[in-house]
Amino acid sequence: MFDPNELSIEMVQILDEHGNGDEQKLAAFSDGWLLDAYRAMRRARVIDERLLRMQRQGRIGTYAPFSGQEAAQVGSALALRNDDWIFPSYREVAVCLLQGMPLEQFFHYVQGRLSGKRMPDGVNIFPTQIIIAAQTLHAVGCAWASKLKGEPHVSVAYFGDGATSEGDFHEAMNFAAVYNVPVIFFCQNNQYAISVPYAKQTASRTIAQKALAYGMKGVLVDGNDVLAVYETMKQAVDAARRGEGPMLIEALTYRLGPHTTADDPTKYRRPEEVEAWRRKDPLHRLRVLLERRGLWTEAQEEAFVAEVNAEVTAAYEAAIASPSGSIADVFDHVYSEAPKLLAEQKAEVMRRKQAKGVK
Amino acid sequence: MAELTMIEAINEAMRQEMERNSRVIVLGEDVGENGGVFRATDGLLEQFGPDRVFDTPLAESGIIGTSIGLAVNGMRPIAEIQFLGFVYQAMDQLAAQAARIRFRSGGRFSCPIVVRSPYGGGVRTPELHSDALEALFTHSPGLKVVMPSNPYDAKGLLISAIRDDDPVLFLEPMKLYRAFRMEVPEEPYTIPLGQARVVKEGEDLTIITWGATVPLVAKLADEMRTKGIDAEVIDLRCLQPLDIDAILASVEKTGRVMIVHEAVKTSGFGAEVAALISERALFALSAPIVRVAGYDTPYPVPSVEDDWLPNPARIAEGIETLLRY
Ligand SMILES: Cc1ncc(C[n+]2csc(CCOP(=O)(O)OP(=O)(O)O)c2C)c(N)n1
Repeated sequence: MFDPNELSIEMVQILDEHGNGDEQKLAAFSDGWLLDAYRAMRRARVIDERLLRMQRQGRIGTYAPFSGQEAAQVGSALALRNDDWIFPSYREVAVCLLQGMPLEQFFHYVQGRLSGKRMPDGVNIFPTQIIIAAQTLHAVGCAWASKLKGEPHVSVAYFGDGATSEGDFHEAMNFAAVYNVPVIFFCQNNQYAISVPYAKQTASRTIAQKALAYGMKGVLVDGNDVLAVYETMKQAVDAARRGEGPMLIEALTYRLGPHTTADDPTKYRRPEEVEAWRRKDPLHRLRVLLERRGLWTEAQEEAFVAEVNAEVTAAYEAAIASPSGSIADVFDHVYSEAPKLLAEQKAEVMRRKQAKGVK
Repeated sequence: MAELTMIEAINEAMRQEMERNSRVIVLGEDVGENGGVFRATDGLLEQFGPDRVFDTPLAESGIIGTSIGLAVNGMRPIAEIQFLGFVYQAMDQLAAQAARIRFRSGGRFSCPIVVRSPYGGGVRTPELHSDALEALFTHSPGLKVVMPSNPYDAKGLLISAIRDDDPVLFLEPMKLYRAFRMEVPEEPYTIPLGQARVVKEGEDLTIITWGATVPLVAKLADEMRTKGIDAEVIDLRCLQPLDIDAILASVEKTGRVMIVHEAVKTSGFGAEVAALISERALFALSAPIVRVAGYDTPYPVPSVEDDWLPNPARIAEGIETLLRY
């Protein structure tokens, strides 16, 4: 499947949209693993839906929902170790949660607080990236350092199909292959970059095939099949750890909601298209399998959803109860040591605050 | 006359210029079917079709770089950078390529492109969406830099920019897109690039500002009058070319200058204005020039942005300092 000189554009799939699959391949996944994967996806969905509602209620700022992409995110993250490095865009909430981002910290971020910036020490997740594709180069550099230092970590750059049009993406692919570094380029092809559909983004049939031009392995996987994503990612990660270099994975999926809460997808997307993809919901197919095997029931589902909802409420409340920070804090972390003029500006701000009797 | 918002005035300017000249085309991310993320290009695809309105791949350097080639070969591209913070991706093409084509080709080629981009804070956007980066481009000889502050100016200046034979960076204050309506003539009209506007005449001090902060400063100047302070307010409208005469005339009259801008203070365009005044009108000054600007930090998160931006309290304090001197 990974011959770099001969790229097949067949799509890797283990579990189809009706929850059926090749028994032999399915046998590789334990019941426990399947349940964990399902819970992680369901948890992500509940969190995403809550965040969307909270944005509509004005309780958090602009938010980029990821419903529909749970299998791509969860499947890829489950194949990683916790000390591997993640370079996300703004949409990889499920990945980040699995890699150790505390939910409360994420609430600080979406509420636009300064305290939302800092990942806990030891959680190797780069800050949310706003500039499309910029993180792909950082991931290559980080993987390069791992190689130079002789450390076994893999770096993963997450990005969308739109990102593959940016120069940074091409430069990153080229460096990665030339230096043969342990990096995975994980593209969630959700088929839109805001309003621009895949066909207007690139004329190549798949993203995966772009790997060929750089001398790298490329694979197209059903991004709504958590088993196939995991399997593909696992092979990529293991190969990278063995020193076999980078790989590009295209997880073909669909963003069910708007691009962000500031976007109106009805301007550019037909409802039939969305409906067709709803039927391929990544959660549904795994749930069907679990139910068929007697591993999951409606009662379990309800209890689990209630549990996650309580978790979300607690994280949100903890976030709003903590101090919100003030303008004086923006001067910290600009430089390792504040230059004189910057220190003066901070002093001026503090003086003004004190004169007004504000915190 | 219709009452338009700034975004409607911008849309009208593009539409009328496209009607007038079939070489005018619009390109950028989401400018087609979506009509732009702020609806600036709404309806253009329907009216002019897919040969004149292009949704490009997501590549700012590609958008500006190909616009250069289009322009050199006779087209009049209006390119959109979705938010000004993303212009870094196109920095080479804009600052090192578009700006220099005329100079590098000894006048053989010109590059009549307009690059439109929303900028500016106070609207709770994610990181890098709000940054005011005008000084990067006034520091790139060959570019013109235009920053309207109301619907009337936006239409007249944009039409001038589209007809101009040089590359023009047209920076639109996001906060003002729908902040208010104003009477805007239906027929096309131009406002020359490089002419400041005296927003309000006054005797006691001159406040020089541009773009997003203009309405704020104008309002404060009105309020000050009740306290017996008579401020003259100048909206530069264009930073390059700069209306130095308007600045000097006002400085000679009032002798006191305050500069208000959103961008980070250090190396902001306010520093340039202050330096020009000290070069040419030092002895007209009766107090040191005061700047009220963004702080020297990256644009911060929503919870503190109102305190970060030049706001009434900070401007009032600056005026006190200036008048006390
Ligand atoms: C350099 C840059 N240009 C433009 C944008 C505005 N923008 C934000 S998201 C987006 C679409 C990204 O699409 P894609 O890469 O497919 O990722 P998706 O959002 O679909 O996950 C655009 C154009 C940006 N953030 N950065």
